[in-house]
Amino acid sequence: MVTKAEIRAEALRLQSLFEDAGALVVEADILQPADTLLDLYGEDIRARAFVTNDPLRGERMLRPDFTVPVVQMHMSNGAEPARYTYSGEVFRKQDDDPDRATEYMQVGFELFDGSDPAAADAEVFALMARAVEGLNLRAATGDMGLLMAAVSGLRTTERRKAALMRHIWRPNRFRALLDRFAGRREVPSARAALIAQTDPEALIRAAAPQIGLRSGAEVLERVSALQADALEPPISGGEVALVDSLLEVRGASPAALSQLHDLAVDMPAIEGAVARLAARLDALSARGIDVDTLEFEARYGRTSLEYYDGFVFGFYAGERGDLPPVSTGGRYDALTRVLGRGRSIPAVGGVIRPHLAVTLRKGAS
Amino acid sequence: MTLRLGVPSKGRLMEKTFDWFGARGVVLNRSGSEREYAADVSGVDGLSLQLLSAGEIPRELAAGRIHLGVTGIDMVREKLAFWDRSVQEIAPLGFGGATLVIAVPAFWVDVDTLEDLDAAAAAFRRRHGFRMRIATKYHRLVHEFLRREGVADYQLVDSQGATEGTVKNETAEAIADITSTGETLRANHLKILSDGVVLQSEAMLFKSRAADWSGGRKEALAQLVAQIGR
Repeated sequence: MVTKAEIRAEALRLQSLFEDAGALVVEADILQPADTLLDLYGEDIRARAFVTNDPLRGERMLRPDFTVPVVQMHMSNGAEPARYTYSGEVFRKQDDDPDRATEYMQVGFELFDGSDPAAADAEVFALMARAVEGLNLRAATGDMGLLMAAVSGLRTTERRKAALMRHIWRPNRFRALLDRFAGRREVPSARAALIAQTDPEALIRAAAPQIGLRSGAEVLERVSALQADALEPPISGGEVALVDSLLEVRGASPAALSQLHDLAVDMPAIEGAVARLAARLDALSARGIDVDTLEFEARYGRTSLEYYDGFVFGFYAGERGDLPPVSTGGRYDALTRVLGRGRSIPAVGGVIRPHLAVTLRKGAS
Repeated sequence: MTLRLGVPSKGRLMEKTFDWFGARGVVLNRSGSEREYAADVSGVDGLSLQLLSAGEIPRELAAGRIHLGVTGIDMVREKLAFWDRSVQEIAPLGFGGATLVIAVPAFWVDVDTLEDLDAAAAAFRRRHGFRMRIATKYHRLVHEFLRREGVADYQLVDSQGATEGTVKNETAEAIADITSTGETLRANHLKILSDGVVLQSEAMLFKSRAADWSGGRKEALAQLVAQIGR
């Protein structure tokens, strides 16, 4: 049995470690305005967060994490480079696993520094590795930037690329779209009939009264887009195979890197992302991480909340498959771009769940 | 020793439940005045009747305050996470059939599938600056369904009634609601997506797993099940 006092003591230990690494201690409100979070993450966050209503301020959420409030605070009054640490309870519904805690401590470290992304990634990873030292954890790493680069390099329309990019974090829909654009899925009969329409305006007029905010013009615009798309050649089988090979890459980091170098010969669009991975591995080595045994998996990070868009990592208890990761983190440049209304600050961070660290340490002794 | 049976307190669902049990020799009656929520049972021993709102029956079953309850499959799945850990389906009653569907304005000729809805939602968000709103009272079921199907850029807005009118009133762009014949949807110029069926529902007799089943109640249930199964 782990007590709250033990968890707090561990949280304090972690936070002082982060302070020693140069972080400023920051706090965040427990009640967060729901609209910002909803706009960023959509219904997935509402399903996971405890939502409550304030008669004056509207819908509020019990903070499901610290990242958004910390980024907002930094954007409004922080100077670069900046390192922050925070510690406190977060609240999440556990609909799919009643055995998981709905209220637990999180201790985090966030680094805002655009000067050397590889060094920043390595700094955060090495710090988390040090914080969980002795717990005998398995590290998993990935890089969302590779798949994003591969998509942006496809020889197809911007519209198709944008559609794929939207679903980077939803593997099933991504696969369905890629198959559709590659001509591997049969066009549904209703869509085929629509594409064949010579006068879609008349069709819309005849269908039903135009109700709601989405206008007839918007419907027509999408019909035209579908008709234009139908004339585009499919994405070639070779390109789809390359994306598939990219997603299959996994193994010890040096081996994964050499696979990626090979892929980049046929997929030059990922060259930049591969070079960034190589630079990160060098930076990790310089920080004392043994990259020869560090696992890399191209798929890793695809099913988490859609804010990591570069380096992603997690630390897992090897034998305890029932436990959530003890630590997770990654790079989230796009999030700062959205919250900063165009102003973007490269950012990378990670969190640790102190109650899991204590649980594992007690289990081991 | 009594088994407590919860039955919807109003309307056709109540009448049809009474008829269904009556046809099997379990006579349920409202007692007292027309407006009083009191009821009794004859034809079987050790069964007491409670009239409850259909929407509250899942909660009462999960809490074990009633042993048996009649309500829609949709209500149980919406309100109870891990519904099959807290209740068990005993018998479908053969009425109250309805489907939870995603529906959009019928003039959206470009939207026939969830894939279309997803693409339209992306364009809508770019154009209007907020996520496409789907009005519903089935938040859990609809979110789980849309997540599984990979639809993004939408938000659910709560609608506890007259949901079909929300699009015309411009408080939502699409809806997710229960329909049996589709009549109300058509009358409100809406159409069902071809792959937009979230759940098939009907009235069901549920058993609570949390209730006290000691003191001969298990045997009483077996007897009741034998009787209504005939």
